Amino acid sequence: MSTMPDTVENLLARGYDAGFITAIESDTLPPGLDEDVVRVISAKKNEPEWMTEKRLAAYRHWLTMKEPNWAHLNLPAIDFQGISYYSAPKRKDDGPKSLDEIDPELLDTYNKLGIPLEEQKALAGIAVDAVFDSVSVATTFRKKLADAGVIFCSMSEAVHEHPELVQQYLGTVVPHKDNFFAALNAAVFSDGTFVYIPPGVRCPMELSTYFRINEAKTGQFERTLIIADEGSYVSYLEGCTAPMRDENQLHAAVVELVALGDATIKYATVQNWYPGDEQGRGGIFNFVTKRGDCRGDRSHISWTQVETGSAITWKYPSCILRGDDATGEFYSVAVTRGRQQADTGTKMIHIGRNTRSTIVSKGISAGEGQNTYRGLVRMSQGAENARNHTQCDSLLMGDKCGAHTFPYIEVKNPSADVEHEATTSKISEDQLFYCQQRGLDEEAAVSMIVNGFCKEVFKELPMEFAVEAQKLLNVTLEGAVG
Amino acid sequence: MLTIRNLHATVDDKPILNGLDLNVNAGEVHAIMGPNGSGKSTLAHILAGREGYRVTEGEISFKNQNLLDFSIEQRAHQGIFLAMQYPVELPGVNNMTFLREALNSVRRANGESELDAVAFMKRIREKAKLVELPEKLLKRDVNSGFSGGEKKRNEILQMALLEPALAVLDETDSGLDIDALRVIANGVNALRSPERAMIIVTHYQRLLDYIEPDYVHVLVNGRIVRSGDKSLAYELEEKGYNWILEEDAA
Repeated sequence: MSTMPDTVENLLARGYDAGFITAIESDTLPPGLDEDVVRVISAKKNEPEWMTEKRLAAYRHWLTMKEPNWAHLNLPAIDFQGISYYSAPKRKDDGPKSLDEIDPELLDTYNKLGIPLEEQKALAGIAVDAVFDSVSVATTFRKKLADAGVIFCSMSEAVHEHPELVQQYLGTVVPHKDNFFAALNAAVFSDGTFVYIPPGVRCPMELSTYFRINEAKTGQFERTLIIADEGSYVSYLEGCTAPMRDENQLHAAVVELVALGDATIKYATVQNWYPGDEQGRGGIFNFVTKRGDCRGDRSHISWTQVETGSAITWKYPSCILRGDDATGEFYSVAVTRGRQQADTGTKMIHIGRNTRSTIVSKGISAGEGQNTYRGLVRMSQGAENARNHTQCDSLLMGDKCGAHTFPYIEVKNPSADVEHEATTSKISEDQLFYCQQRGLDEEAAVSMIVNGFCKEVFKELPMEFAVEAQKLLNVTLEGAVG
Repeated sequence: MLTIRNLHATVDDKPILNGLDLNVNAGEVHAIMGPNGSGKSTLAHILAGREGYRVTEGEISFKNQNLLDFSIEQRAHQGIFLAMQYPVELPGVNNMTFLREALNSVRRANGESELDAVAFMKRIREKAKLVELPEKLLKRDVNSGFSGGEKKRNEILQMALLEPALAVLDETDSGLDIDALRVIANGVNALRSPERAMIIVTHYQRLLDYIEPDYVHVLVNGRIVRSGDKSLAYELEEKGYNWILEEDAA
């Protein structure tokens, strides 16, 4: 008896809704990277001397480093001299940006993606920073946020307007020496989002950044820094898409979160970069370093990610639980189909006493997708009574895909408690038959079963985004039972 | 409503049904009994259209159409319902969401409007009362952590909700204690109607004490070898299947 319906192979082709290209004049640097390019990027942003020096130090260190090759990925060589490191849509003038001055092509692009930048049309309660190729093109609801004392702006602006905060925090969670891609990012990052929540403030709305790669042969290197001061709260969301192109494009972002005493940061990602076509041509190489530092006692950082795009994903959003009683959480749904590969997971570094961490990872593999969970739980010597619970579930669809789990557990304190649970399952023919016998078609049945599998993660997302994520998952897995 | 003629079917190339004939009219309840391996469950799954069961000869007409032309879900839309012997668990899928999606799929396929959340709630509460399914089970994941009896009751609840033209109950009585059996039987009896036909596949006569069939058929080696009324079930209970096997061989 065949275990799965066989019509499915034919259904595997699917559309990528965000694959269009915006025709807009861009100011793009020629491909290649050297010290001059780093200086030009810095000069284009009119950066102060200290920032230029930071970049150059990172660049010089990067030259001494090698690309990591330990991940469970089949990675073609990346030609770092073949990439342009800066691309910005041309602006009519250099005046202060307001929504009226944004090129209508850009507004249209974001409208098509379902992210209206006009405040009156925006989703209620969500402020957006829109990053197009290398620069931030718009940030909404700034006034309302400023009234609450919240700083929400592009990284370029923060360098000029809040240099003391940037100098105090930038690179303190992910130093440029951390890894190859973090060093590259520190040298050439062009923009990103900066958030500061003052002490005791509960950010009045959801903050979000929407990243869009448009220009061909460019890399996107954004840098995000979120600081939640004592007793504050912020929830932040990130979305990403890119046009369909035959060549691979590099995305190497760095995200740093700092939570001081009693502060909470919730960071959610819905990643839908172009995954490449069925033969594995094109798609984004997504090499991202995300780390949160629970610096203060009772601080809390939670990462939630829904990863459906990219040809290759290499990403481990992590928490350093430094403060006593700090808590870290990682909820992840990663989907690979076609020829997609993902090596993703988290690191929970327990340093403070009574620190707690929770990891829930759901990997879904379809087609010829390869999905790897890689997670480190480290209980340092001082981590008295620290606790971790890890749950790692894989769902396989078809017989050509793979799921791999690499848990690393290091315990240096005898009072620490670490639990790891892992399951691997297939959507069974019994489950499909049951749903279909009740009248659901195969697509609806798969969607229902997969969404059930991901429920624990989706419930961590803000409502609107949970709905988005479910829809995205349905599109991504259309006809993926094989 | 349902006419089966000379049905031959194989599973993994092994012949299971060998020339089965059956005629079921609206309003009738037919019990199909027979020893292990006689093909009872195969018949149930073939009616539902499950993959892996291959019809090699013969025909099945349902509501004057060739049933074998239709997919699993199309048959469900036309009113075929199979209460499973082993209902599967769907982790993370809320029972209520599942039931609503199922009902609305059937309604959509028949050109009826979908039920909104409020109308659905009202209906499902009524039906849950009918099969004595505690409302809290509606909020749990489909069949997840349900006891055997709860799973079977959930099947009957789905049947009550979907109001099928032809309900096939595949060994619904297996693994049930006498109280659970009575509850299930009450639910089934409440669903008997002149428009609805039922095929009850069972091993034992016990279920038939509670659900009184109009016809009893004995399935042996993939064929119906004897048909009769309720008294045939008692005769089987008393004498076992061997005498029929012997007479059939003779």
